Amino acid sequence: MSAITYREALNQALCEEITLDDRVVLMGEEVAQFKGSYKVSEGMLEQFGAERVIDTPISEAAFSGLAVGAAMMGMRPVVEFMFWSFCYVAFDQIFNNAASVRYMSGGLINVPVVFRGPANGGTNVGATHSHTPENFAANTPGLKVVCPATPADAKGLLKSAIRDNDPVCIMENTILYNMEGEVPDNEDFLVPLGKANVLREGSDLSIIAHGKAVHTSLQVAQTLEEQYKVSAEVLDLRSIRPLDIEAILSSVKKTNRVLLVEENKPFCGVGAQVSFIIQDQAFDYLDAPIKRVSAIDAPQAYSKALESIQIPEHDRILAKAKELI
Amino acid sequence: MEGLHHDINLDREEATSEGKEGSSDAENAQSSKAVAGNRPKFGGVGENDYSKEAANRELSTEEKIEFLDQMVRIRRFEERSLRAYQQGHIGGFLHLYIGQEAVAVGAVSCMTEEDHVITAYRDHGHAIAVGMEMDECMAELYGKKTGCSKGKGGSMHFFAPDKNFWGGHGIVGGQTPLGLGIAYAVKYKGAKGACLCFMGDGATNQGPFYESLNLAALWGLPVIYVIENNGYSMGTAEARHSAGEPLARRGDPFDVNWSVSHGHDLYEVRHNISEALRLAHEESKPSVLEIVTYRYRGHSVADPDQTYRSKEEIEEYKSNKDPINLFKDRLLAEGVIDEGAALEMDRKAKDEAEASAEFAQASPYPDPEELMQDVYWETDDPGGRTSEGTIFFESP
Repeated sequence: MSAITYREALNQALCEEITLDDRVVLMGEEVAQFKGSYKVSEGMLEQFGAERVIDTPISEAAFSGLAVGAAMMGMRPVVEFMFWSFCYVAFDQIFNNAASVRYMSGGLINVPVVFRGPANGGTNVGATHSHTPENFAANTPGLKVVCPATPADAKGLLKSAIRDNDPVCIMENTILYNMEGEVPDNEDFLVPLGKANVLREGSDLSIIAHGKAVHTSLQVAQTLEEQYKVSAEVLDLRSIRPLDIEAILSSVKKTNRVLLVEENKPFCGVGAQVSFIIQDQAFDYLDAPIKRVSAIDAPQAYSKALESIQIPEHDRILAKAKELI
Repeated sequence: MEGLHHDINLDREEATSEGKEGSSDAENAQSSKAVAGNRPKFGGVGENDYSKEAANRELSTEEKIEFLDQMVRIRRFEERSLRAYQQGHIGGFLHLYIGQEAVAVGAVSCMTEEDHVITAYRDHGHAIAVGMEMDECMAELYGKKTGCSKGKGGSMHFFAPDKNFWGGHGIVGGQTPLGLGIAYAVKYKGAKGACLCFMGDGATNQGPFYESLNLAALWGLPVIYVIENNGYSMGTAEARHSAGEPLARRGDPFDVNWSVSHGHDLYEVRHNISEALRLAHEESKPSVLEIVTYRYRGHSVADPDQTYRSKEEIEEYKSNKDPINLFKDRLLAEGVIDEGAALEMDRKAKDEAEASAEFAQASPYPDPEELMQDVYWETDDPGGRTSEGTIFFESP
């Protein structure tokens, strides 16, 4: 175990998997010479050379599709999007080709590709650079989607994704890149996709979140305990598809009250699906309606004054939690 | 020829990336570069005889007969599928390749074991050319369990990775980056191969094609973009959908070698594809080959065919440029086959197509639970599953 940043954890995962498997390459805009727009791939060009760490032109459709074609041929490419927002110009390659080739070929072809990069608002870059498409990806059978919230998960989930035989979308968060945490050093460390994590035990209320919203939720749980003597459990979904329904239901059955928190937009967001599952499978355990805090339902605003209230922040989550207790 | 705007390309002077070098001199007809200024006369194989080019001069009798046979089989397969469609056995779209057969057969016949092929939705010809069986193809059209994709892909999505055939892709131009990726993987693995990425004239107006051309040239990837220019992007004639003709010239800004040639002469197709494959194998360079061809049927068979072209235009092509008739006449003239053998070949192809329809008809539909198979490797191989949790949220 070492205390390293989320960024370093991603770097470690990439370096380990590139070393272990010669089918793995990293490609994307500025990943090599520039060392990564967010320095995730720092040092990798020097260590692995230009054959394995590949700068691409600004052509998301071409290099995403190239990676899918290479994956069909048995390679395991990792595509870095500078922002997941930019996947929108490569939509066909990800949502048609990566997701459907296996199905349309009757299972003859696998597509072990990883698409990764930050998918978050909150950095003052306006609507076009602040998308959170985890719900789009999860709505597409054939794709898997994970949203690591901690450095250890960043490493463990990325390594699992690279070894996975199906296409995996990893949605990171630029605001978390500098976050430090304990991360196992060994190259065998994996976090399985589809396994949620209880980050704080509680008995009065379940706060279910993913990505950076997990950390805001943990702060709110702390406030609830300190100021209101309320014991809130915080469940980090970690993976959106597959989804750890068992962990969700087990927390709900324990606390009987649910608050869903996400930085995704509300309509058909991740919370909408989780909420459906809870009312469908644990209706009798609910002592109150399920509540949700999501990003405010407008295109992401540029101004800090606006954006800071747009993304679920401590006080808005706290206010919603108080409605439940 | 009125309406066959795309055919005019071959009259232009600069119809190769070599510019005027390869042009205007009719004596260059035998040169290794296609084709400007040496356009065959309309109405036949014409004055340019590609049979003596390197790609063709050592062909055996068996190989020549095999090429004709493949074209005939594709034609008869598709004609039979059209009947099945009209009888209501086949749903959705049916994009027929009839009229274009020499392109797929000629091109695929040049491939080595290290070469790969990917195409768009008009994929039956390429599928049969790589060796897929009529039975599995027809059953796929019928949506049956015995289809090549178990009834989950349909007409536009045939695949045979064991034959280096990577589909069968439904979105116009969507396969152009995939073809690039296949070529990339070939090069990464150090194989002496290439990817033939087929596309239509309409696909040349999709953005990812240009992104792919840039990357192909920049990284020196062995991908060959074969533009099968049948003159119409669905119902929109080339003159109304594309500026800056010929279409192959779109390789030029990226310094990608390009040429324009005919698709009705199988020897000519083989000649040009072989040249491009040589460039890919020996120099790892991409190419853009525009091959001018024609489809007799609508974009899909359900489309009205008379809104954008005349019956006369279709008939004229059928009468004068039919790739199967021309190659058959060629082989008759060469003494490779006689009329009796040609008739026998045709009869066998018809029988095979008929049998494939019977096979498809008799085959079972997929069971409801097969909806959930082939979505993820993991769910099909539960013993190897590493993830946990729920992956499907609604099942039969």
